[in-house]
Amino acid sequence: MKALVIGCGRVGSNVALQLAEEGWEVTGVDEKEEALTRLGENWRGGFVLGHGMDVDVLREAGIEDADAVVVATNGDNTNLVVAQVAMKRFDNQCVVVRILDPARADFYRTLGLRTISPTKTAISELLDAARACEVAPPRDPVSTP
Amino acid sequence: MYVLIAGGGKIGANLARNLLRDGHGHEVTLIEQRRDRYDRLEREFEHQVVMGDATEIHVLERAGIARPPDVVVAVTGDDEDNLIICQLAREKYGVGKVVARVNDPRNQAHFDLLGISATVSATASIMALIEHEVPEHDLIHLLELRKENLEIVEVQIDKNAPAAGKRVEKLRLPEGSRLISITRNGKSEIAIGSTELQPGDQVLAILQPGKEDELRRVLLKS
Repeated sequence: MKALVIGCGRVGSNVALQLAEEGWEVTGVDEKEEALTRLGENWRGGFVLGHGMDVDVLREAGIEDADAVVVATNGDNTNLVVAQVAMKRFDNQCVVVRILDPARADFYRTLGLRTISPTKTAISELLDAARACEVAPPRDPVSTP
Repeated sequence: MYVLIAGGGKIGANLARNLLRDGHGHEVTLIEQRRDRYDRLEREFEHQVVMGDATEIHVLERAGIARPPDVVVAVTGDDEDNLIICQLAREKYGVGKVVARVNDPRNQAHFDLLGISATVSATASIMALIEHEVPEHDLIHLLELRKENLEIVEVQIDKNAPAAGKRVEKLRLPEGSRLISITRNGKSEIAIGSTELQPGDQVLAILQPGKEDELRRVLLKS
Protein backbone atom coordinates (compact mmCIF):
# COMPACT_ATOMS: atom_id res chain seq x y z
CA MET A 1 0.00 0.00 0.00
CA LYS A 2 1.26 3.43 -0.93
CA ALA A 3 0.64 6.59 1.03
CA LEU A 4 1.41 10.20 0.33
CA VAL A 5 1.80 12.58 3.26
CA ILE A 6 1.62 16.22 2.22
CA GLY A 7 2.98 18.51 4.92
CA CYS A 8 5.51 16.84 7.19
CA GLY A 9 5.36 19.01 10.28
CA ARG A 10 4.74 17.65 13.75
CA VAL A 11 1.57 15.88 12.69
CA GLY A 12 2.40 14.82 9.15
CA SER A 13 5.84 13.45 9.99
CA ASN A 14 4.44 11.26 12.73
CA VAL A 15 1.69 9.96 10.48
CA ALA A 16 4.34 9.19 7.85
CA LEU A 17 6.61 7.42 10.36
CA GLN A 18 3.76 5.39 11.81
CA LEU A 19 2.46 4.29 8.41
CA ALA A 20 5.98 3.34 7.33
CA GLU A 21 6.34 1.33 10.53
CA GLU A 22 3.16 -0.52 9.63
CA GLY A 23 4.63 -1.48 6.29
CA TRP A 24 3.28 1.21 4.00
CA GLU A 25 5.35 2.65 1.21
CA VAL A 26 5.30 6.33 2.21
CA THR A 27 6.36 9.47 0.38
CA GLY A 28 6.47 12.77 2.23
CA VAL A 29 6.03 16.18 0.63
CA ASP A 30 7.08 19.41 2.28
CA GLU A 31 8.27 22.78 1.09
CA LYS A 32 10.93 22.90 3.77
CA GLU A 33 13.97 20.66 3.78
CA GLU A 34 13.96 20.63 7.58
CA ALA A 35 10.99 18.33 7.34
CA LEU A 36 13.42 15.55 6.51
CA THR A 37 15.05 15.90 9.89
CA ARG A 38 11.64 15.30 11.48
CA LEU A 39 11.39 12.05 9.55
CA GLY A 40 14.77 11.09 11.01
CA GLU A 41 18.00 9.61 9.77
CA ASN A 42 16.50 6.20 9.27
CA TRP A 43 13.75 7.39 6.96
CA ARG A 44 13.52 4.95 4.09
CA GLY A 45 10.47 6.37 2.42
CA GLY A 46 10.42 8.93 -0.34
CA PHE A 47 10.55 12.65 0.06
CA VAL A 48 9.75 15.40 -2.44
CA LEU A 49 10.67 18.99 -1.72
CA GLY A 50 7.95 21.31 -2.95
CA HIS A 51 4.51 22.81 -2.41
CA GLY A 52 1.40 20.68 -2.30
CA MET A 53 -0.44 23.04 -4.65
CA ASP A 54 2.11 22.23 -7.36
CA VAL A 55 0.72 19.34 -9.41
CA ASP A 56 4.18 18.47 -10.73
CA VAL A 57 5.30 17.93 -7.15
CA LEU A 58 2.23 15.78 -6.46
CA ARG A 59 2.90 13.70 -9.56
CA GLU A 60 6.55 13.26 -8.67
CA ALA A 61 5.49 12.09 -5.24
CA GLY A 62 3.29 9.47 -6.87
CA ILE A 63 -0.20 10.79 -6.24
CA GLU A 64 -1.50 8.96 -9.29
CA ASP A 65 -1.09 5.55 -7.72
CA ALA A 66 -1.30 6.35 -4.01
CA ASP A 67 -3.79 4.30 -2.00
CA ALA A 68 -4.10 7.00 0.63
CA VAL A 69 -3.33 10.70 0.70
CA VAL A 70 -2.89 12.51 4.01
CA VAL A 71 -2.97 16.31 3.76
CA ALA A 72 -1.57 18.03 6.83
CA THR A 73 0.24 21.26 5.99
CA ASN A 74 -0.09 24.13 8.42
CA GLY A 75 -2.56 26.00 6.19
CA ASP A 76 -6.24 25.05 6.30
CA ASN A 77 -6.99 26.57 2.91
CA THR A 78 -3.98 24.98 1.28
CA ASN A 79 -5.12 21.65 2.70
CA LEU A 80 -8.65 22.13 1.40
CA VAL A 81 -7.41 22.90 -2.10
CA VAL A 82 -4.82 20.10 -2.17
CA ALA A 83 -7.35 17.57 -0.90
CA GLN A 84 -9.84 18.53 -3.57
CA VAL A 85 -7.16 18.36 -6.26
CA ALA A 86 -6.23 14.86 -5.04
CA MET A 87 -9.88 13.76 -5.12
CA LYS A 88 -11.16 15.47 -8.23
CA ARG A 89 -8.16 15.74 -10.48
CA PHE A 90 -6.28 12.60 -9.54
CA ASP A 91 -9.38 10.62 -8.64
CA ASN A 92 -7.98 9.50 -5.32
CA GLN A 93 -10.59 7.69 -3.27
CA CYS A 94 -8.93 7.91 0.12
CA VAL A 95 -7.97 11.45 1.02
CA VAL A 96 -7.86 12.57 4.63
CA VAL A 97 -7.27 16.19 5.46
CA ARG A 98 -6.47 18.08 8.62
CA ILE A 99 -8.47 21.28 9.10
CA LEU A 100 -7.85 23.21 12.30
CA ASP A 101 -10.90 25.45 11.95
CA PRO A 102 -13.92 23.39 13.08
CA ALA A 103 -16.35 25.48 10.99
CA ARG A 104 -14.54 24.86 7.73
CA ALA A 105 -13.95 21.22 8.70
CA ASP A 106 -17.70 20.74 9.20
CA PHE A 107 -18.68 22.47 6.00
CA TYR A 108 -16.21 20.69 3.76
CA ARG A 109 -17.29 17.41 5.29
CA THR A 110 -20.72 18.09 3.82
CA LEU A 111 -19.00 18.50 0.44
CA GLY A 112 -17.59 14.99 0.76
CA LEU A 113 -14.10 15.60 2.16
CA ARG A 114 -12.81 13.46 5.02
CA THR A 115 -11.85 16.31 7.28
CA ILE A 116 -10.21 15.80 10.66
CA SER A 117 -10.24 18.74 13.03
CA PRO A 118 -7.73 18.44 15.89
CA THR A 119 -9.26 21.57 17.37
CA LYS A 120 -12.60 19.84 17.70
CA THR A 121 -10.95 16.80 19.24
CA ALA A 122 -9.12 19.01 21.72
CA ILE A 123 -12.31 20.85 22.64
CA SER A 124 -14.26 17.69 23.26
CA GLU A 125 -11.45 15.99 25.18
CA LEU A 126 -10.89 19.03 27.35
CA LEU A 127 -14.61 19.24 27.99
CA ASP A 128 -14.84 15.57 28.91
CA ALA A 129 -11.81 15.82 31.17
CA ALA A 130 -13.10 18.94 32.89
CA ARG A 131 -16.53 17.38 33.41
CA ALA A 132 -14.99 14.25 34.88
CA CYS A 133 -12.42 16.29 36.76
CA GLU A 134 -9.69 14.03 35.46
CA VAL A 135 -7.21 16.79 35.00
CA ALA A 136 -4.68 16.55 37.79
CA PRO A 137 -4.08 19.84 39.59
CA PRO A 138 -0.80 21.48 38.67
CA ARG A 139 2.08 20.67 40.95
CA ASP A 140 4.50 23.18 42.31
CA PRO A 141 7.48 23.48 40.03
CA VAL A 142 10.34 21.44 41.36
CA SER A 143 13.06 23.78 42.46
CA THR A 144 16.48 22.80 41.29
CA PRO A 145 19.43 23.62 43.45
CA MET B 1 -25.88 45.89 -6.07
CA TYR B 2 -24.25 44.51 -2.94
CA VAL B 3 -20.61 43.55 -3.44
CA LEU B 4 -18.47 41.80 -0.87
CA ILE B 5 -14.73 42.22 -1.42
CA ALA B 6 -12.24 39.97 0.37
CA GLY B 7 -8.78 41.49 0.51
CA GLY B 8 -8.09 45.18 1.07
CA GLY B 9 -4.86 45.56 -0.84
CA LYS B 10 -4.51 47.84 -3.84
CA ILE B 11 -6.96 45.88 -5.97
CA GLY B 12 -9.61 45.48 -3.29
CA ALA B 13 -9.41 49.10 -2.13
CA ASN B 14 -9.58 50.46 -5.66
CA LEU B 15 -12.51 48.22 -6.50
CA ALA B 16 -14.36 49.48 -3.45
CA ARG B 17 -13.55 53.07 -4.32
CA ASN B 18 -14.84 52.64 -7.85
CA LEU B 19 -18.00 50.84 -6.84
CA LEU B 20 -18.78 53.50 -4.26
CA ARG B 21 -18.14 56.44 -6.55
CA ASP B 22 -21.13 58.80 -6.77
CA GLY B 23 -23.91 57.60 -8.96
CA HIS B 24 -23.16 53.91 -8.97
CA GLY B 25 -25.30 53.40 -5.91
CA HIS B 26 -23.59 50.14 -4.96
CA GLU B 27 -23.20 48.82 -1.48
CA VAL B 28 -19.79 47.47 -0.58
CA THR B 29 -18.22 45.61 2.30
CA LEU B 30 -14.48 45.13 2.36
CA ILE B 31 -12.73 42.48 4.48
CA GLU B 32 -9.11 43.01 5.50
CA GLN B 33 -7.02 40.92 7.83
CA ARG B 34 -3.96 43.08 8.45
CA ARG B 35 -4.32 45.58 11.25
CA ASP B 36 -2.30 48.39 9.59
CA ARG B 37 -4.22 48.11 6.36
CA TYR B 38 -7.52 47.86 8.16
CA ASP B 39 -6.83 51.08 10.08
CA ARG B 40 -6.03 52.93 6.88
CA LEU B 41 -9.07 51.54 5.07
CA GLU B 42 -11.35 52.24 7.99
CA ARG B 43 -10.46 55.93 7.86
CA GLU B 44 -11.59 56.03 4.26
CA PHE B 45 -14.46 53.53 4.13
CA GLU B 46 -15.57 53.68 7.79
CA HIS B 47 -18.14 51.02 8.70
CA GLN B 48 -17.83 49.41 5.30
CA VAL B 49 -14.65 47.61 6.34
CA VAL B 50 -14.62 44.47 8.45
CA MET B 51 -11.43 43.24 10.06
CA GLY B 52 -10.65 39.54 9.94
CA ASP B 53 -9.66 36.51 7.92
CA ALA B 54 -12.13 36.27 5.05
CA THR B 55 -11.78 32.49 4.90
CA GLU B 56 -13.32 32.23 8.37
CA ILE B 57 -17.04 31.63 8.27
CA HIS B 58 -17.85 33.93 11.20
CA VAL B 59 -15.94 36.78 9.55
CA LEU B 60 -17.79 36.27 6.28
CA GLU B 61 -21.06 36.23 8.18
CA ARG B 62 -20.19 39.42 10.02
CA ALA B 63 -19.58 40.97 6.60
CA GLY B 64 -23.05 39.96 5.45
CA ILE B 65 -22.43 36.90 3.31
CA ALA B 66 -25.69 35.31 4.38
CA ARG B 67 -27.82 38.02 2.76
CA PRO B 68 -26.25 36.99 0.22
CA PRO B 69 -24.30 39.56 -1.80
CA ASP B 70 -24.86 39.83 -5.56
CA VAL B 71 -21.15 39.39 -6.13
CA VAL B 72 -18.27 38.17 -4.01
CA VAL B 73 -14.82 39.24 -5.14
CA ALA B 74 -11.78 37.44 -3.70
CA VAL B 75 -8.63 39.45 -4.33
CA THR B 76 -6.25 38.51 -1.53
CA GLY B 77 -2.62 37.73 -2.29
CA ASP B 78 -3.14 34.01 -1.59
CA ASP B 79 -4.69 31.82 -4.25
CA GLU B 80 -5.77 29.12 -1.83
CA ASP B 81 -7.62 31.74 0.22
CA ASN B 82 -9.29 33.20 -2.86
CA LEU B 83 -10.40 29.74 -3.91
CA ILE B 84 -11.86 28.83 -0.54
CA ILE B 85 -13.61 32.22 -0.19
CA CYS B 86 -15.28 31.72 -3.58
CA GLN B 87 -16.19 28.14 -2.80
CA LEU B 88 -17.72 29.02 0.57
CA ALA B 89 -19.62 31.92 -0.98
CA ARG B 90 -21.08 29.80 -3.73
CA GLU B 91 -21.58 26.42 -2.10
CA LYS B 92 -22.51 27.46 1.41
CA TYR B 93 -24.31 30.74 0.86
CA GLY B 94 -25.58 30.44 -2.70
CA VAL B 95 -23.84 33.56 -3.97
CA GLY B 96 -24.61 33.72 -7.68
CA LYS B 97 -21.50 35.42 -8.91
CA VAL B 98 -17.96 35.00 -7.62
CA VAL B 99 -14.82 36.53 -9.05
CA ALA B 100 -11.30 35.52 -8.03
CA ARG B 101 -7.84 36.87 -8.48
CA VAL B 102 -5.23 34.32 -9.51
CA ASN B 103 -1.81 35.40 -8.23
CA ASP B 104 0.23 32.50 -9.55
CA PRO B 105 -0.91 31.46 -13.05
CA ARG B 106 0.12 27.90 -12.25
CA ASN B 107 -2.86 27.77 -9.89
CA GLN B 108 -5.34 28.54 -12.67
CA ALA B 109 -6.00 24.82 -13.12
CA HIS B 110 -7.18 24.55 -9.50
CA PHE B 111 -9.72 27.34 -10.04
CA ASP B 112 -10.94 25.62 -13.20
CA LEU B 113 -11.14 22.29 -11.41
CA LEU B 114 -13.30 23.72 -8.63
CA GLY B 115 -15.57 25.55 -11.04
CA ILE B 116 -14.47 29.11 -10.23
CA SER B 117 -14.66 30.32 -13.81
CA ALA B 118 -14.47 34.09 -13.39
CA THR B 119 -10.80 34.59 -12.67
CA VAL B 120 -8.39 37.43 -13.32
CA SER B 121 -4.65 36.98 -13.42
CA ALA B 122 -2.46 40.03 -13.85
CA THR B 123 0.52 37.88 -14.83
CA ALA B 124 -1.42 36.01 -17.48
CA SER B 125 -2.92 39.26 -18.84
CA ILE B 126 0.45 40.97 -19.06
CA MET B 127 1.93 37.90 -20.72
CA ALA B 128 -0.83 38.04 -23.32
CA LEU B 129 -0.11 41.72 -23.92
CA ILE B 130 3.61 41.08 -24.27
CA GLU B 131 2.87 38.37 -26.81
CA HIS B 132 0.54 40.72 -28.61
CA GLU B 133 3.26 43.37 -28.86
CA VAL B 134 6.14 41.04 -29.55
CA PRO B 135 4.63 38.04 -31.28
CA GLU B 136 6.79 34.99 -30.81
CA HIS B 137 4.18 32.63 -32.02
CA ASP B 138 2.03 32.92 -35.08
CA LEU B 139 -1.17 32.55 -33.06
CA ILE B 140 -1.67 34.75 -30.02
CA HIS B 141 -4.21 34.13 -27.30
CA LEU B 142 -5.89 37.40 -26.49
CA LEU B 143 -8.78 36.42 -24.30
CA GLU B 144 -10.10 33.29 -22.73
CA LEU B 145 -13.85 33.11 -22.15
CA ARG B 146 -13.74 30.29 -19.67
CA LYS B 147 -17.41 30.12 -18.90
CA GLU B 148 -18.33 30.04 -22.58
CA ASN B 149 -15.46 27.65 -23.38
CA LEU B 150 -14.31 29.94 -26.18
CA GLU B 151 -11.19 31.93 -26.81
CA ILE B 152 -10.22 34.86 -28.95
CA VAL B 153 -6.93 34.67 -30.84
CA GLU B 154 -5.03 36.87 -33.21
CA VAL B 155 -3.08 35.76 -36.27
CA GLN B 156 -1.11 37.66 -38.83
CA ILE B 157 -1.46 36.68 -42.48
CA ASP B 158 1.88 36.68 -44.26
CA LYS B 159 2.32 36.59 -48.01
CA ASN B 160 2.87 32.84 -48.19
CA ALA B 161 -0.15 32.05 -46.06
CA PRO B 162 -2.74 29.84 -47.76
CA ALA B 163 -5.45 32.31 -46.76
CA ALA B 164 -3.78 35.32 -48.38
CA GLY B 165 -5.85 36.59 -51.30
CA LYS B 166 -8.87 34.47 -50.35
CA ARG B 167 -12.30 35.59 -49.31
CA VAL B 168 -13.51 34.53 -45.89
CA GLU B 169 -16.39 32.50 -47.35
CA LYS B 170 -13.89 30.46 -49.35
CA LEU B 171 -11.88 29.42 -46.31
CA ARG B 172 -12.52 26.02 -44.87
CA LEU B 173 -12.53 27.19 -41.29
CA PRO B 174 -12.69 24.46 -38.68
CA GLU B 175 -16.05 23.81 -37.11
CA GLY B 176 -16.38 25.83 -33.93
CA SER B 177 -14.43 28.80 -35.22
CA ARG B 178 -15.23 32.15 -36.83
CA LEU B 179 -13.24 35.13 -37.95
CA ILE B 180 -14.22 38.30 -36.12
CA SER B 181 -12.31 41.15 -37.69
CA ILE B 182 -9.50 42.17 -40.02
CA THR B 183 -7.08 44.98 -39.19
CA ARG B 184 -5.23 46.45 -42.15
CA ASN B 185 -3.05 49.58 -42.04
CA GLY B 186 -4.41 50.42 -38.60
CA LYS B 187 -8.06 50.21 -39.65
CA SER B 188 -10.33 47.41 -38.55
CA GLU B 189 -13.47 45.99 -40.04
CA ILE B 190 -15.76 43.13 -39.15
CA ALA B 191 -14.97 40.01 -41.15
CA ILE B 192 -17.86 38.97 -43.41
CA GLY B 193 -18.05 36.38 -46.16
CA SER B 194 -16.88 38.73 -48.87
CA THR B 195 -13.92 40.13 -46.91
CA GLU B 196 -10.70 39.28 -48.70
CA LEU B 197 -7.65 38.49 -46.63
CA GLN B 198 -4.42 40.15 -47.66
CA PRO B 199 -0.80 39.72 -46.58
CA GLY B 200 -0.11 41.80 -43.50
CA ASP B 201 -3.68 41.56 -42.21
CA GLN B 202 -4.15 41.01 -38.50
CA VAL B 203 -7.11 38.72 -38.01
CA LEU B 204 -9.09 38.15 -34.84
CA ALA B 205 -10.83 34.83 -34.54
CA ILE B 206 -13.07 33.22 -31.96
CA LEU B 207 -12.84 29.48 -31.47
CA GLN B 208 -13.25 26.57 -29.12
CA PRO B 209 -10.05 25.70 -27.26
CA GLY B 210 -8.22 22.92 -29.05
CA LYS B 211 -9.08 24.12 -32.55
CA GLU B 212 -5.95 26.28 -32.81
CA ASP B 213 -3.98 23.86 -34.95
CA GLU B 214 -6.79 23.42 -37.46
CA LEU B 215 -7.25 27.17 -37.68
CA ARG B 216 -3.52 27.67 -38.06
CA ARG B 217 -3.48 25.19 -40.97
CA VAL B 218 -6.27 26.97 -42.79
CA LEU B 219 -4.97 30.48 -42.30
CA LEU B 220 -1.22 30.24 -41.96
CA LYS B 221 0.36 27.19 -43.49
CA SER B 222 -0.72 24.61 -46.00
